[in-house]
Amino acid sequence: MNWRRVLKLTLPPLISFIVMTLLAEMLIRGLEVSSFLLPPPSSILKALVHPTHRGPLLAAMGTTALAAGTGFVLSGVIGISVAIALSSSRWIERAFYPFAIFFQTVPLIAIAPLLVIWTRTSLQAVIASAFIVSIFPVIASSLSGLLSVDPNLRDLFRLYRGSRKDTLLKLRLPSATPQILTGLRVAAGLSVVGAIVGEFFAGGGLGIFLQTALKEQRTDLIFAAVLLAAVLGLILFGLVNFAGYFLLRRWHASVQ
Amino acid sequence: MSEPSPNPPSSPVEDADASPAGLGVQIHNVTRTFDGKVTAVDDLSLTIEPGSFVALLGPSGCGKSTLLRMIAGLDKPTSGTIQFTGDLSTREGQSPIAFVFQDAHLLPWRTVSRNIALPLELMKNPERGTVAYMTARVGLADAADRYPAQLSGGMRMRVSLARALVTHPRLLLLDEPFAALDEITRQKLDDLLLDLWRETGITVIFVTHSTSEAAYLAQRAVVFSSRPARIVADMPIDLPAERDRTVRGQAAFAQVTAQLYDALEKGEQHG
Repeated sequence: MNWRRVLKLTLPPLISFIVMTLLAEMLIRGLEVSSFLLPPPSSILKALVHPTHRGPLLAAMGTTALAAGTGFVLSGVIGISVAIALSSSRWIERAFYPFAIFFQTVPLIAIAPLLVIWTRTSLQAVIASAFIVSIFPVIASSLSGLLSVDPNLRDLFRLYRGSRKDTLLKLRLPSATPQILTGLRVAAGLSVVGAIVGEFFAGGGLGIFLQTALKEQRTDLIFAAVLLAAVLGLILFGLVNFAGYFLLRRWHASVQ
Repeated sequence: MSEPSPNPPSSPVEDADASPAGLGVQIHNVTRTFDGKVTAVDDLSLTIEPGSFVALLGPSGCGKSTLLRMIAGLDKPTSGTIQFTGDLSTREGQSPIAFVFQDAHLLPWRTVSRNIALPLELMKNPERGTVAYMTARVGLADAADRYPAQLSGGMRMRVSLARALVTHPRLLLLDEPFAALDEITRQKLDDLLLDLWRETGITVIFVTHSTSEAAYLAQRAVVFSSRPARIVADMPIDLPAERDRTVRGQAAFAQVTAQLYDALEKGEQHG
């Protein structure tokens, strides 16, 4: 990636972010909205860099990052593996895919307290929470990618008696890569959401920081924590895109 | 990157001549019905001589592709048999039958030379000398490290041809391979295919719906009716064996094309 490309990719969102922030600042100040209801961006920034909050906020972000990141990686590894297993036969897919949907429909709020009971440390509970919320999109996208391999290419591999392993590694996984990446992109954001909900119950991280700020009715701190959570999601999302760029730049229209 | 070979291959194709070149095909009363309802091929019998170049001509969707897939072993007849004549012994890592699809169907994440090497990899054949030879033979030596997205339609088809021939097949099946290409590219690929056929002496079965392409390429044309595929005409093409594009201007060529067209039209009414 050269600098021109980096600028081309980062400049537009940066400019729109600055413009929107300034607009919000002017609107909130102009309409004289109570800063308790909706603090202007400048006071959120002030809270963010304030010496008494800076440290705890960053520490909370680090804890959440660890849990969300671990949950995300587990979702990726296990989700892709499950998709490979489900795609290996129609029978297995029919028998087990409905159970994968459980992960999408499970009400996390209801199950999070259970996670706290089932796990030994709060970090484990939070990781489990991030994992449960983010695995389904990985399974669903990867499975659809693995099953939609060009039938003619399948025939080509059959003609030369390609082994199951070769067919998986040289045909099905590479051709499913764009869809797998799509699933991972969705999972990136969800894992942060899952981690924070998990922290509401298990403690630690931005989740607990948010609860405390809520109790103290510090709207500016709530927004500061939400901002950091969004940044976390963006970082994970960016990492997936970065990996995708290197995997797909030679052949896929999405990055050309 | 293509694997470096210690001594550049002189001509592995000549090497293949040492083994008996073409396979013959005997199709006996083959019927193919899908889900017990749609009959694609109905009680069809056909013998194809070893080393010949046969065009299967018929309207789109008549079942000639199904027949080709059955010959390749990618599909099974509902009834009837398909047998091969000639020496069926294959050397380790070689495939007796190769198939070229309607579109090039390359792996987009692989370079030209790694696409051409794919059949050898799948057949666990460690030899890679033929890859460089075939890449050069189809005129893509300079494009060996490019990706399919960077190639024109004609170049992709060349890769597809090279990939089919890299395992020294003795029966080459082509399913309307050049249908999507422009006239000039198509002419070039027709000529390349004819050259490769003459060099290797393998059997070629070429499915097309173009009468002029059938007349230009084949020694014999089998014309099918619309679905289910039945043979409405089976004729030798009496044109000089050494053909180049000047043939297209000859009266004999026009006559053959007209004959094929009449047969095709008869098949449409029949179906």
